[in-house]
Amino acid sequence: MCLAVPMQVVERREFDGTAEVGGVRRQVSLMMCPEASLGDYVLVHAGYAITLIDEAEAQRTLELIEQVVGPIGGSLGESYAGDGVLQ
Amino acid sequence: MKRFDRILLGHGAGGRLTQDLVRGLFLPTFDNPALHGLSDSALLDALPSGRPALTTDAFVVDPPVFPGGDLGYLSVCGTVNDLAVAGARPLWLTWALILEEGCEESLLRTIAEGAARAADEAGVKIVAGDTKVVPRGKGDRIYAVTTGLGVSPIERDMGDHRITPGDAVLVSGSLADHGATVMACRHGLEGRGLRSDCMPLASLADALLECGADVHSMHDPTRGGLGTLCAEVAGRAGLRITLQESSLPVRSEVKGACELLGLDPLHLASEGRLVAFVKDGDADKALACMRGHPGGREAERIGDVEERVAGRAPVALLTAIGGERPVDLLSGANLPRIC
Amino acid sequence: MSAREDAFRDPARVAALTARLREQAGRLEREIAIMEVCGTHTHAIAEAGIRRLLPTGIRLISGPGCPVCVTPVDYLDRAVALARLPDVIVCTFGDLIRVPASETSLEHERAVGCDVRDVYSARDALRVARDNPDRRVVFLGVGFETTLPTIAAALDEAEREGIGNFQVLAGGKLIEPPLRALLSDGEVEVDAFLLPGHVSVILGSDFYRFLADEYQVPAAIAGFAPVDVLAGISELVRQIASGRPRVANLYPRVVCAGGNRLAQELMERFFEPVDTRWRGLGEIPASGLGLRQSYAHRDAGHIEVDVVRSRESPGCRCGEVLKGVIEPPECPLYEKVCVPDDPRGACMVSSEGTCAAWYRHERYAAGARA
Repeated sequence: MCLAVPMQVVERREFDGTAEVGGVRRQVSLMMCPEASLGDYVLVHAGYAITLIDEAEAQRTLELIEQVVGPIGGSLGESYAGDGVLQ
Repeated sequence: MKRFDRILLGHGAGGRLTQDLVRGLFLPTFDNPALHGLSDSALLDALPSGRPALTTDAFVVDPPVFPGGDLGYLSVCGTVNDLAVAGARPLWLTWALILEEGCEESLLRTIAEGAARAADEAGVKIVAGDTKVVPRGKGDRIYAVTTGLGVSPIERDMGDHRITPGDAVLVSGSLADHGATVMACRHGLEGRGLRSDCMPLASLADALLECGADVHSMHDPTRGGLGTLCAEVAGRAGLRITLQESSLPVRSEVKGACELLGLDPLHLASEGRLVAFVKDGDADKALACMRGHPGGREAERIGDVEERVAGRAPVALLTAIGGERPVDLLSGANLPRIC
Repeated sequence: MSAREDAFRDPARVAALTARLREQAGRLEREIAIMEVCGTHTHAIAEAGIRRLLPTGIRLISGPGCPVCVTPVDYLDRAVALARLPDVIVCTFGDLIRVPASETSLEHERAVGCDVRDVYSARDALRVARDNPDRRVVFLGVGFETTLPTIAAALDEAEREGIGNFQVLAGGKLIEPPLRALLSDGEVEVDAFLLPGHVSVILGSDFYRFLADEYQVPAAIAGFAPVDVLAGISELVRQIASGRPRVANLYPRVVCAGGNRLAQELMERFFEPVDTRWRGLGEIPASGLGLRQSYAHRDAGHIEVDVVRSRESPGCRCGEVLKGVIEPPECPLYEKVCVPDDPRGACMVSSEGTCAAWYRHERYAAGARA
């Protein structure tokens, strides 16, 4: 029961705001995510933002995956760095 | 002419109020000689030679006015399109309404004008109509019921019986725009790019059928969407259809609305798109033809027809990541989910 | 941002991960079973056709992660009874509308005149209450820890604004007790858990320490895109092979160690753990959330109403399916009688239920493994 969608905050009011995904907007409550500002990306579940999305962490995850599987799209297994640790 | 702003039971009773409605609204809006006679049946000119094609449809869309159209426009397009994808030239429509007592006259006017506009664009005439009124609470503002009569060339042989393994599956443009727009309206989502794709397909279908490509069958992916259409066709033809996920044209706004509501674009309606099953060698010619037409600029090849394989799904979506998943008929109604 | 999320669907990354999994599987000494406990994982795995990409030796089981599936029949029977009260409007997530109760469903009740409305959010239900001051609105509060805070937030808003006609029929469930129950159940053989990404947003990754510390079971918190799921599976296989179980957080872009404290506080303010029945698993102590005594006025469970004697479909084996003990085709009703258009148990009616996912996606997969 976890359908949640990453959306960008495009309007900000006291307890809620408007968020957008693919050009579609919806009113979203920011009660549980008061630190969200205009332009931030939030994860929205059932009409409520439940957290900010951390872009830097997203990038880190992709890099860690690449460490484990070897360069993506390149020759697999060659520069594979052994038993990678994913955090 | 008496001014009224709400529909009353009397408007459906056949007396003076009904006359006011017919003369004051319908006749001026659907201006054509067949209606002016106001007789019980429309006596038309002789049917052009060919096979008569007849279709019927009912329209209950909520909301009745939406970005890109309205119930009136939709009702004419839907009827015209059923004829067009069957390979028939649409000629004449009937248009009957069931109105709810209390329905705003302005809404009725919008719907009637929408229907007239669609008829004009499609080159068809609305030659007969009827109006009934039900008490308040017994109907949802306006329902429309139509019949469409057209004619198909005698020698034309089109239909699912002609679909064979190797055929290309083509679509004339983006998918699910109508269904996503209507669902978005119902659930309080706004999107500037969200618009119904509702439009008459007669001229596009005609162009496609005349361009020299061997078109085996055509359908429009209305309620139930592309997924339901393909499941039905695969069932009737006894074949397997594979759809390439990365080739399916879906607008980002439609994707966004679907993500938010937990809906699948494969099961949402289009009301201005045609799906054609074309001999493989003619696919490029067919695509070029559609792309040269204002209604088919974003036409794409989206899949292929194969022999049915035991143990494999009759319709399969080949996912962008190299997976495969079966595509079925829509089950139940489209309900937004949060799971 | 959408470009970044697309990276987690990138076919090249998926191919690299599946190649890695093949290497890893080649070195395993026996078949391993990984259980996911989130309906959204069940759905995402089926949608992306992930099972077909997995090498033999790695088996994915769906556990009791779909709150609709584990909602006991008597909850639905009570919801139906409430819907039949003339002044009540039942608001519910769409997921529940077609679930079979003992004799009927909310969909059938709506068809014969009850006021049942599907909503996308508890806030929408609150709006219905505001717009209909002389009716009682009952919101069906079903879900895990991702959803329960949103219901608590709606209750909070109702309290602040004095909207008196908004109540909740509490049916929330907690993720920890069934995990413990499964691990203590001799019938269940699970080597590792793929943990729910969005429940973890609320609870935090530290929450699951007990899996490694008390049960020595490998665990990985993963998101729902194909790359997320495959990376999670790969990490679990790695942990199993290394013999060093831990709780890996592979979704740090939204899951942090402590979770969302505000959401946790909201849940704690309005709800408290209660003993509750799980469809198929029986009663698990302190596994559900009920409204606290101080919010009794918000508790639709106090409304006096006659509820039918609850009974499940005879022959339905949802329980064993939910524990991952049998696969859907082993249930005598599956596909022969129980199908998405005529579901006999919740595993089939919810689009995330194991049986629905199997029917839609897996019944053709058997001949097509990578």
